[in-house]
Amino acid sequence: MDIVVLVKQVPDSGSERNLDPADNTVARGSADNVVNEIDEYAIEEALVLKEAHGGEVTVLTVGPDSAADAIRKALSMGADRAVHVVDDAMHGACAPQTSAVLAAALQQMSFDIVLCGAESTDGQLSVMPALLAERLGIPQLSGARKLTVEGGVARVERQTDGGYWALEAPLPAIVSTWDTINEPRYPSFKGIMAAKKKPVEKKSLADLGVDPSTVGLATATSQVLDFAGRPPKGAGVKVNDEGDGAAKLVDFLAVQKIV
Amino acid sequence: MAEVLVLVELNPAGEGVRKTTLEALTAARALGEPAAVVVGAPGSAAAAKAQLAEYGAQKVYVAESEEVDQFLVAPKAEVLAQLVAEKSPAAVVIPSSPEGKEIAGRLAIKTGSGFLTDVTEIAGDGTATQVAFAGATIVHSKVTVGTPIYTVRGNSVTPEPAPGAAEEEQVAVQLSDAARATRVLDRVVEQKSSRPELTEASIVVSGGRGVASAENFSIIEALADSLGAAVGASRAAVDSGYYPHTFQVGQTGKTVSPQLYIAVGISGAIQHRAGMQTSKTIVAVNKDPEAPIFELADFGVVGDLNTVVPQATEAITARK
Repeated sequence: MDIVVLVKQVPDSGSERNLDPADNTVARGSADNVVNEIDEYAIEEALVLKEAHGGEVTVLTVGPDSAADAIRKALSMGADRAVHVVDDAMHGACAPQTSAVLAAALQQMSFDIVLCGAESTDGQLSVMPALLAERLGIPQLSGARKLTVEGGVARVERQTDGGYWALEAPLPAIVSTWDTINEPRYPSFKGIMAAKKKPVEKKSLADLGVDPSTVGLATATSQVLDFAGRPPKGAGVKVNDEGDGAAKLVDFLAVQKIV
Repeated sequence: MAEVLVLVELNPAGEGVRKTTLEALTAARALGEPAAVVVGAPGSAAAAKAQLAEYGAQKVYVAESEEVDQFLVAPKAEVLAQLVAEKSPAAVVIPSSPEGKEIAGRLAIKTGSGFLTDVTEIAGDGTATQVAFAGATIVHSKVTVGTPIYTVRGNSVTPEPAPGAAEEEQVAVQLSDAARATRVLDRVVEQKSSRPELTEASIVVSGGRGVASAENFSIIEALADSLGAAVGASRAAVDSGYYPHTFQVGQTGKTVSPQLYIAVGISGAIQHRAGMQTSKTIVAVNKDPEAPIFELADFGVVGDLNTVVPQATEAITARK
């Protein structure tokens, strides 16, 4: 089974993140960049599928040179090879443009299943599987907390509020995973050493047959006009509970007309 | 006045529309005359019509077929794309559920348009407000290509009634093979709860590591029930097995923006703040006076949650 995992490098959600005032794009240069956390669950699921069905796991990343670190992490977990789409023209690309680039890259690859995380911690759009399914004409099985593949059919439990939807579609298909689906492995020392020798193929937009003028900030389908930090909250009231903490809390709620 | 398509999110089992639909109808009025789009099983529109009229729908496009609910996301995007082509609306507004965002994305590709997700406000010139980086940054954005598509984040727009004619127009549904790609075999509800849904609730009471056990979450639930609130949990509480993952609030869980958020035994790590810091009023109970959650709190009690929370529950119940 040929498996492709989409991996995104994002600014660490545990440290300060900013937009770049020069062009209102995500400031990636100054950020502490990491693999998008939920993508690690997609990588794990790919490795589990490979262990059950054989085949190869290829990592596909679009991003600047620094995204090589994210690729290395995926390879050290056990993925076999990687394709890294790097092109300065991608800077400031919107989601539909990025999906066009990923779709072009996928069309040059052989795959039975494409896996990705259900959400990135930077953009938080949660739409890439839908965009790629639409562009490639393949089924989307998004938001999975469970995945099984058997006889050319993928079945997914799509996580919902208070339950799940049982989904089914023929392969090839694209599946996105939540962090409820598995527990990602840590790279072993052997895995980290082996990753250094695994092939990483760099591709430009020209290699993918994508016209660079159709991608990037200048032609993006939406534009950030301006941004500002959330105004700091005025200092609230803090009381020590001396037997009357609960009463004061309820008084506060009463003043707010909540109770 | 230009027409704005608003996709209707129906409650299951013919119980009218979800609150998110009323929010989307209200937000859409800034851009033009709302025209509700009902895509569902036969009879869906009849159950929804009165509410749609009450919240300003001038038209109701009725796209009913047995088939549309049997497949994931794509049928609704296809119906909307057909209407965008026929009616040339000024914009399309969709509630920001996981399904809604995916419908918006597919519609954007089909119509060659841009889209903006999780908007909290739409201005008359089409400029949308979004919060980025877990609420730390407020962004104004605009769609620059095609028919603008917006998904409206739950609880960010207050539904306001406005009379609408809700004139029905039938839309023929003919799904392509591509729209029939992913079959929905079953919709399973595992946790049947009388509490409101987390992302829709106007009050949320969440417990964290400080709650200290699964059993002790009953005091969080009791406080929530006294307020008619939803129950949430921090990642630390979920990872410790105190409460199910589906109730996790935070960067890797749900984002909530209620009128009132009560954080109990939650320190307020960035992971958690990401999911709740746009709440209108924040109350915190924590025994650590230095807990970062107090930086966000409008009202904080430094004390033992095992004493404060049951006392508060009792006082609230006594007021009823």
